[in-house]
Amino acid sequence: MGLEDKLSKDGFFTSKIDALIQWSRSNSVWPMPMGISCCAIEMMAAASARFDISRFGSEVFRFSPRQSDVMIVAGTVTYKMSKVVRKIYDQMPDPKWVIAMGACTSSGGMYRTYSVVQGIDQFLPVDLYVAGCPPRPENLLNSLIILQERIKKGEKTASENI
Amino acid sequence: MNQKRLELIKSKLADFEIELSDINGTPAIITNPANIIIICSILKTDLDISFEMLLDVMGVDNFQKEKRFEVVCSLYSLKYKDRIFIKVPLDSKNPEMPSLTAVWKGANWFERETFDMFGIKFTGHPDLRRIYMPEEYEHFPLRKDFPLLGIPDSIYLPKK
Repeated sequence: MGLEDKLSKDGFFTSKIDALIQWSRSNSVWPMPMGISCCAIEMMAAASARFDISRFGSEVFRFSPRQSDVMIVAGTVTYKMSKVVRKIYDQMPDPKWVIAMGACTSSGGMYRTYSVVQGIDQFLPVDLYVAGCPPRPENLLNSLIILQERIKKGEKTASENI
Repeated sequence: MNQKRLELIKSKLADFEIELSDINGTPAIITNPANIIIICSILKTDLDISFEMLLDVMGVDNFQKEKRFEVVCSLYSLKYKDRIFIKVPLDSKNPEMPSLTAVWKGANWFERETFDMFGIKFTGHPDLRRIYMPEEYEHFPLRKDFPLLGIPDSIYLPKK
């Protein structure tokens, strides 16, 4: 690789500090698993050996919002739960991203009813929507790769765009 | 339930205004809220009847009827292995009936659910709060005049 060549000959290389930060950030996107219902099962599958989310640097599921970068909202969000989801989101340090996993989270899905929020974008800035009911683990990994590409390009997060 | 046992229940409750009907083979006692506590305690404590277990308390909204609301209790006898329903039609304007927690303690949460969904008040209930919906919510979701998707902005949602 070019980088190895440079380092072994010169012992240094030049780059932009932004590019370095974005590169390191994109390969250590730690998720906050907001597993509320059945999508969480697929999220767990994505985290375990067969699909192995750690190939993309996201193996550390942090159960503390203060140590995580992306919140994967996996499941039906009711109005009662929305306060909790928002509270946890507010505790995450910037920059932060949100993946809305599955039909219920993105649009209310089959729960077209009074108690379910019809899409979490009503109260959260969402970066990525993952289709499926529930989505396959590959689909979640795909969304993570898209997110990594966005971070590498230095695109703004949805929370910065408001 | 056999006819003999049904006749026995009928004779034990002869002092009260009751009607008997049949729901798919299970007998149902239709009564008014005034006598409900006495009837229930007879059904529970009388050793020949012995409906010890309260399975469920449900609400019904018969929207067009004069007596719009109805509370349905499902009882089970562990001794004789059969069940019975108690149906209590209630007023449309101010649906209210005595709480069954005096007879079965397990009625507590069933009645809270019925109160939450239909707005039926249970007098003498130890803790009549909403159980599913947020406590500050003002509507009753399972009433027939409640829209499927709810009333916009009636539940608090955090700001984006």
